[in-house]
Amino acid sequence: MADATTFTNATQILEPFRGIKRVTIEEYFTSGHRTCQGCESALVMKLMVKAAGPRTIVLGSTGCMYVANTTYYTTPWVVPWMHTQLGSSGSAALGTAAGLKSLMRKGKMKAEPINVIAFCGDGGGADMGIGAISATLTHKEYNSLILLYDNESYANTDIQLSGLTPYGAHTTFSPPGKVHRLIHRRWKKNMAGMMAAGHPECRYVATVCASYAVEMMNKVRRALTIGGPTFIHSLDPCPKGWDYDPMLSHEMGELAIETGLFPLYEVEDGVVKYYGKTKALVDGRPRKPVREYLLKQGRFAHFTEEDLAHFQSKVDEMWQQWEIPAVVPFRRVDATKAALDVK
Amino acid sequence: MAVTTAAPAASDEKELLISGSEAVAEALALADIDVVTAYPIRPYDTVMQAIAKKIANGQLVAEYIVAEGEHSQFEIVKHASTVGARVFCGSSGVGWAYAMECLVVTPPLRVPMLALVGNRALDDPGAFGVEHNDALFVRDLGWMLCWIDSSQEALDTTLIGYRVAEDRRVFLPLALSADGAFLTHSQALTLVPPREKVDRFLPRYDRGDLLLHPDNPITVAPQANEDWVIEIRRQNDEAMKRAYGVIEEAYADFRRVFGRGPENPWFEEYMTDDAEVILVGMGTISLPIKVGIRNMRARGKKVGLVRLRWFRPFPTERLVAALSGARAIGVIDRDYSFGSPFASGVVANEVRAAMYNAERRPPLLSFISGLGGREVTLEDVDKAADMCFAAAASGKSDTKTHWLGVRE
Ligand SMILES: Cc1ncc(C[n+]2csc(CCOP(=O)(O)OP(=O)(O)O)c2C)c(N)n1
Ligand code: SF4
Ligand SMILES: [Mg+2]
Repeated sequence: MADATTFTNATQILEPFRGIKRVTIEEYFTSGHRTCQGCESALVMKLMVKAAGPRTIVLGSTGCMYVANTTYYTTPWVVPWMHTQLGSSGSAALGTAAGLKSLMRKGKMKAEPINVIAFCGDGGGADMGIGAISATLTHKEYNSLILLYDNESYANTDIQLSGLTPYGAHTTFSPPGKVHRLIHRRWKKNMAGMMAAGHPECRYVATVCASYAVEMMNKVRRALTIGGPTFIHSLDPCPKGWDYDPMLSHEMGELAIETGLFPLYEVEDGVVKYYGKTKALVDGRPRKPVREYLLKQGRFAHFTEEDLAHFQSKVDEMWQQWEIPAVVPFRRVDATKAALDVK
Repeated sequence: MAVTTAAPAASDEKELLISGSEAVAEALALADIDVVTAYPIRPYDTVMQAIAKKIANGQLVAEYIVAEGEHSQFEIVKHASTVGARVFCGSSGVGWAYAMECLVVTPPLRVPMLALVGNRALDDPGAFGVEHNDALFVRDLGWMLCWIDSSQEALDTTLIGYRVAEDRRVFLPLALSADGAFLTHSQALTLVPPREKVDRFLPRYDRGDLLLHPDNPITVAPQANEDWVIEIRRQNDEAMKRAYGVIEEAYADFRRVFGRGPENPWFEEYMTDDAEVILVGMGTISLPIKVGIRNMRARGKKVGLVRLRWFRPFPTERLVAALSGARAIGVIDRDYSFGSPFASGVVANEVRAAMYNAERRPPLLSFISGLGGREVTLEDVDKAADMCFAAAASGKSDTKTHWLGVRE
């Protein structure tokens, strides 16, 4: 609306937690869920809402974090929570924020900043719901955070490949066979980079991994504080879908970062800032070979040396050829020129 | 029963020459809706054009969101409603179909959304004209469904619709169906009441203990499975049953406050008192039928019309009472239901079902007409009535469904 910056656009000012000991003790996601042992996504839910605090509404798309996480009579949610359809996280965030804003600006509800967070899985978010998320990220007058928890498959329906499943992974829709070893041969979408590059008025996009919990919570707090629509992509190791020992979830997350496969960064008002070990990689620390990560997971057990080499070369590309390493896949002008010269 | 006509303009009402869609928009401004979502598809989109103008001119203060598709369009308002906003939405034809998932979840969430369906033929092939199959998609799902046939009825039923949908005893969505072009785009003189009168009729939407808000930290629609789903369906069923009484109350109150509106909310009866043949239809098909009836009566044939307004909840008993006295009934559907009993339209089979337990069951004939917006002609109406008179004489129902005005 014309009067875009009224008091109803105010956000809660959530200062970053300065270290793990300063994190608030209250939990807003407690017992009652029935996710797998070692489920990192459940931890993400807990940290997400701990970071957001009690004056928050959470909307959750269909997926493990609904079906396994939010059962009638045993809800783990202390804050108000509502289910939304698989492809609806964008619309759920927008509708909830718009409803609150309208009522507050018309004096029908007490005016106060209420956090609105909608979460979705990789299937619900990066495949089915991408249009709605994209639309929501253009509505700068409504404050909301969309958090995509990426367990790299349609996990709840028995582990099927999605647009964010890594190249070659064994899922129930991409079983290795005698004739075709790799059924899934698409490269993972660059979701956070795409959201940041495609929505010039979205002020905050970040990637997180719960292996780095304080950083993760602080990015949630920043996203909620900065205002307007924001987006966070969380990489969540999933012992069932990735096929590894549940006690290794934390390590699996670390390896995804250290191999350079999943970069940790934020884009605030168009400025890219790398975090933690990703920053070290940008500064020249060597990346661990991807095989150290891939071969710890059953979903890549069928990989040959050739597959591993291909995978490694694609990750090398992200770091050596992308205009903004591991964030924006456009080639640097000199690289583009070199490629043209070869032809 | 007498013909219902609008009472003369009470001094405090404006009289405007407006289309059905514009009349709905007038009502939405009076109802002070909070969130509205739009997506283009003809013919319903005229209502969104009218709302956009009202917002641009400051006659309505609401969050006005142009969505990126009908799925989002309906989801956005669904969620806005759960935090307490009065919401409006709508669509036509394949647009309504595109929103289907959202249409499915809205009733069990007990979201009292109001939607305008500008009835339109479904693709393929492309056609702008009216057919009722779009709105009828949701007839089994907990949506209330109402067909209107004039701008005045569009305005009045929008106000009544919010009153009914937002009643805590109901809390169900309502789809208001307006025939594409014939009503969405056709202008007529319409009385527009002042806001303070509307405020007396329509209370604020109060979501009560279902409000999604940090002060009321509930979990909405958790995974329930076989443990609870059947009970939830049963609650929906009860809500729809309670809607009968709430609708009666709302119309009575509407008449009290505004001094107009029908005594019988469920259907309009036109010259049925002494009718031997009663034709039944929904929407603007009433126009050619009424003209046809007047012509036939001039020739001594006693024909009447029952124009159904409320299809869900279906006025079973009152309809049976109104139809039982006729010598024959002819139902004219502006829809199809391929492979259904007798290959009839949806309304004909609903009326058949309703009549099954009636003491007196006159012969019933089923007609399909006006699909894709084809004009229903006076000859079509005459033909249907003549066939009904023949059935009345023989005392037998004809199990064939007759398509009127089709090139064979
Ligand atoms: C419209 C629709 N299509 C399909 C489904 C079936 N379904 C339920 S959960 C789910 C998996 C979603 O995957 P993702 O979003 O990645 O979440 P995850 O289960 O991995 O947590 C699917 C496909 C559905 N609920 N709705
Ligand atoms: S399948 Fe994966 S995401 Fe789903 S509950 Fe189990 S560990 Fe969590
Ligand atoms: Mg997933």
